[in-house]
Order: sequence, then C-alpha cells, then structure tokens
Amino acid sequence: MPRTKLEMGHVEYWQVLDENGQVDTKLEPQLPPEDLRRLYRTMLLARMVDDRMYKLQAQGRMGTFPGVRGQEACVGITYALESGDWLQPAFRETACLFWRGIPPKRVLEYFAGMEEGNVFPPEAKTLPIPICVGSQTLHATGVAWAEMIRQTRNVTLCYFGDGGTSEGDFHEALNLAGVYKIPIVYVCMNNQWAISVPRSIQSASKTLAQKAIAYGFPGLQIDGNDFLAAVVAGRAAVAHARSGKGPTFIEMVTYRLGPHTTADDAKRYRNEEEVQQWLPKDPLVRARKYLEKKKLWSPQWQAELEAEFTEQIEQEVQAYEQELAAIDPLDMFEYAYAEKTPELAAQKEQAAAFLQQAAEHH
Amino acid sequence: MTLSMTYREAIRAALRDALQSDPRVFLMGEDVGRYGGAFACSKGLLEEFGSERIRDTPLSESAFVGAGIGAALGGMRPIVEIMTVNFSLLALDQIVNNAATLRHMSGGQFSVPLVVRMATGGGRRVAAQHSNSLECWYAHVPGIKVLAPATVQDARFMLAAALREPDPVFLFEHIMLYPEHGEVDPNAAAADPFRAALRRAGKDVSLITYGGSLKKTLLAADKLAPLGIEAEVLDLRSLRPLDTAAIVQSVSKTHRAVVVDEGWRTGSLAAEISAQIMEGAFFDLDAPVARVCAAETPIPYAGHLEDAALPQTDTIVRTVAEMMQHHA
Repeated sequence: MPRTKLEMGHVEYWQVLDENGQVDTKLEPQLPPEDLRRLYRTMLLARMVDDRMYKLQAQGRMGTFPGVRGQEACVGITYALESGDWLQPAFRETACLFWRGIPPKRVLEYFAGMEEGNVFPPEAKTLPIPICVGSQTLHATGVAWAEMIRQTRNVTLCYFGDGGTSEGDFHEALNLAGVYKIPIVYVCMNNQWAISVPRSIQSASKTLAQKAIAYGFPGLQIDGNDFLAAVVAGRAAVAHARSGKGPTFIEMVTYRLGPHTTADDAKRYRNEEEVQQWLPKDPLVRARKYLEKKKLWSPQWQAELEAEFTEQIEQEVQAYEQELAAIDPLDMFEYAYAEKTPELAAQKEQAAAFLQQAAEHH
Repeated sequence: MTLSMTYREAIRAALRDALQSDPRVFLMGEDVGRYGGAFACSKGLLEEFGSERIRDTPLSESAFVGAGIGAALGGMRPIVEIMTVNFSLLALDQIVNNAATLRHMSGGQFSVPLVVRMATGGGRRVAAQHSNSLECWYAHVPGIKVLAPATVQDARFMLAAALREPDPVFLFEHIMLYPEHGEVDPNAAAADPFRAALRRAGKDVSLITYGGSLKKTLLAADKLAPLGIEAEVLDLRSLRPLDTAAIVQSVSKTHRAVVVDEGWRTGSLAAEISAQIMEGAFFDLDAPVARVCAAETPIPYAGHLEDAALPQTDTIVRTVAEMMQHHA
C-alpha cells in the first residue's frame, strides 16, 4: 500500500510594521488618521495607567496586579470588533477595555480590591477580567455560541496567555468551537512567560497557533508587538467568524516586560539580557514611528497626551480611594446571591452586631 | 536542643530530607524549579537536585496530578505541589475519582503513594478565587488522608510521615503560616501525624481548630485568661482521619466546645466535629457547640472586608465569652 501524505493545513506568520517603523505596503491596513491616533492614545493610556499602578502598589495603595507593559498592541485585534461584538479580556488587556469605553478607574478599582471594578457598562459588551488562567476560553465560547443560536451574527473575541494553552479548558473550548463553527476569535498573548515557566516548558509545539489545526480551524501567528498586524489579522478573523466560517486562533508573539504580577520578582527566574533584547520591539515605540512618518505624531502632542492622562488618572485615583474607604464590610454579604438566604441574613446580622460592638469597644 | 526556623524553611528542609533519603522521591508542579515555588518552599532545590527531580510543569493541574498518580503506580514517590487549593479544583477528577479510588477499583492490587502539597486559606488580599479554604472537601473523601500542619514542627516532619503512607496524602499549608517562626525539636520527629495535639490545657472550654486558625485561637486563649476563662486548645493536625477520641476527651473534661475553622460554616469540618461531639460527648455538654467560621460569601478582596469575613482572634474571644456568660 502506498503511504500518502495527509494535508493538515499550515501556519503563517504575519508582520506589517517592523521594529524600525518599516511598513509592508501590501499588507498595510490604511486606517483613517483619527483611528490611528486613537489607537496610539489608547496604548499610551494603558502604559501610563500601568506605570501609575506600580507606584501606588509600592505605596501600599494598590493590591497585587498583573502589569501590561509591552503587550499594548493587543488593542489592534479589538479594533476589528463592531459594537455588538463581545470582548473577553484576559488580565493584561487594559488597552482593549479602554478602547471599548471602559474608564481606567474600573481597572484601578479592581486591582485595589473592589469587585465593583469589574462592572462594565452593558454597551461595552465586555466580560469580567478573569483571574483563573484559561477558564475564560470556555465562557467566551459559550457567549459566542449563544449569539450563534440567536442568529445575531455577533462575534466574540477572547484573549488568554501562553500558560492558558496548557489548561484543559483551552483544549475543550477550541474543540467545541471547531465542531460547531462557533463565531469566535481566540487570541493568545504569548508573552513567553507564565510566572517563571518559560514558553519552552509550556509546550513542545513549534508554534501555539498550530494547535488550531488539530481542532479544525485556521491558526495564525503574528508579531504581537505590531499593532497593524493585529488590526489586519483581527479584521480577517472577525470577518471569517461573522460569515459563518467559524473560529480562528491568532497567536500574538509578544513579551512580558514586567513581572507576572507585583507579587513576584522576574529577575529571580529570567535573564535580564532577554528583556533588553525585547525593549527595542516595544509596541508603543513602533506605533509612534509609524504615526510620525504620517505626520500624525509630534513631541508636542505626546506632551499634551501625557499631561491629559496624568491629570485623568490622578482624579480617578482620588475617586476610587474615597470609594474604597467608604465600603462597609457588611457589603460582602450582598453579592453572594441575588437574594440572601435566611442563613446568610442571620450571619450578616451577627457580623453587624460584632462590628458595632468592636467599634464601641475601641 | 531545638532549632529556630520559619514554616517555609521547615518545609524546604523536609523536602530536602525526602529527596536525599529516597531516590524515588521527586517534586513537580508550577514554578517549583527555577522560581523556587510560589511560596519559596523549594528555593534552591533545583540547583541542589537538578531538573530531573525538581520538575517545572506546564500550567496543567489535571496533568501533573494525574501524572503523579501514574508515577506513584510506577514505583516512584512523587511530591506534587499544587500552587493553592483554588487551583486544585482543576484536578478534582484525578484526585477524587482516581487517586482516591484506584486501590479499591483494583481490588487492592495497586496503591497510590502520592503526596500532594498545597497552600490554602485567606488573609493575603488576593481575592475570592485565591483565598479559599477547601480542605474540608478533601477530608470528605475516603481513600485519601488529609494533614494540616499548623506549627513549624509539623511543617518540618509531617511530609516524611506522609511519604511513608501507602495511600495518597494531602498536606494543606495555610498561606499566612509560611513566614511564621517557630522551634523544631528533631527528637520529636516520629510523632504520629494522625493524632491531635493539645496546644494549651484548660478546664472551661475546648477550642478545637487546625492549620492557619491555630495561632489566632491560641491568642484568643491568652486574651480569655484575664477574664477568668481557661481555654483548652486542641490542634487537630489530621483532618482525615479525625482524632475523634482526642476531641471527645477534651470536651468531656471542659464541657464546652467552640470549633474554629476558616472554611464556610455550612457543611464544614466544624459541622462534622460538632456532630462527633454530639455523638461522643452529648451528656457532658454544658452548652451548645459553637462554630467560628468564614462568612458565607466569596472571600472579599479589600483588606477591611477580608478581615471581617475570616475568623479572627476577637471573634473567637467574643464567641467564647458569650458562651460562658449564657452557660456558666
């Protein structure tokens, strides 16, 4: 019997804008100037909120949080969404949240200890920031499936990290989406590190994108620090899903420039030289070079933006700190159920009595 | 001659002992190697023992617990570190339907000498999905044993005892204990890990607790003493099997019991202990058994809310004081 080669599909790598600001004009998406400036503003805002959060954390005014530095080009895929589409972020996609009109104050609140920070306006169609690694891939698949059943043609975009691709949830989500051609775009922000676990220990696959082939839909790897490649790939994947052809998996090859969260020290497990190699590939630097060539960026505009965002962030910090301090501990009983069980109501009364007694005691 | 060390150092010393004394022992889990463990328990062990024996795994709880079961079946003595109890839920099928049942399902042919360590508990401001105390769920399952080292001494020697067991043993390390200092007595190494320990003797009330709540409970006993209440503090140490005899003995002496347990009250370990007291010491009781547990809400993120949700020294003191007032 002859041995025949089975065609399994292949994985392409896309880059539109390289680290020197050179553009592949054939792939260039020709975005309107106002959109280019808004994308840059959003990435810069994400960077500045992140910087401010590190300082707040060092002062004990912010909880443990995952930094976003280096991964702001994620917003390029979100740009491809329409208003009826869903966004499922992972925990470093603040630029995507801001793009959808969610104010930085929500992110500040969330990582300062207020679950209220995960309350997004309904029109943003954005699911909560997930903390359990990979769990959101199944939630997003279900949301996308619901839209499909209701025949809305709305698409769902779901982010996760390289570590998430080792969780069972990821594989079960992709398998289900492939079988039913669910209208979803999976985006893996492959930032090379899952706390201290490097990409090489996460998977022996040459790319993470190729895992899509096993589940029967296209996989694509792009330069994850290239916001234009993200826009081009995002548009293609969203159109694919909207036309009923099913899911796409986009692996964005990027780099986590900071620690996993403020609770770890990346110097303990990774080489500083590696970080240095990634610095010139910074997505913001690259976007700035591109805009500058188009005369859409100037040092003066940069200074104006920085002043505007500094002021905005400061006001939002003041606001959330006041709100946080004002939360009554008894509020924790309010959100376990829509309506409190008798047992829970009794516990709340007991806690109230104790807190009052403790207050009188002091 | 005792040695002073932290709880974290005691666990590291126990891991080192195990790796040195038995070539079948290896450690695996997320971040255990180059990072030295999420709570720094295995810091330095990769350098000392190499990557064959200190294995960083992908982020796949079901995979590394399942592979641990397989390695144990294959003659090894794996120690699996699950970063926290919260993530162990991803491995529940491997734990409950496999590790706990294989001896039974194979008619006694196979044993699973697997040791799983994980952090548990709240207090570190890491929100609802990283602050659970679910050791009660594991204590519910026949086929596995569950230990909760509450002292540095137990952190130092319970692991070796767990490795001697032919069945799966789960060790729950409370996240607030890792930096705690304590004394280790090398001569007391052989103490049976499945027996409760009397940490403070008293005559008026038995405070029954384990793990991260022990310190708060001992502090509560200190605060009760000037009020004329002599509280006895019993550290369960083993959650499955429970040392029922020690519980009944203590309550029969003091006639009152308060169970302090960071799990949620409904269906808690505290509920089981309370039932055992009813069964074994009902006619010795002078007061209904009381429980100090976590509020039945997801554990809040904000510090002042989290403190209010978890058992605290003050809540224990107040519960005991009220009991003594109403049932003197």
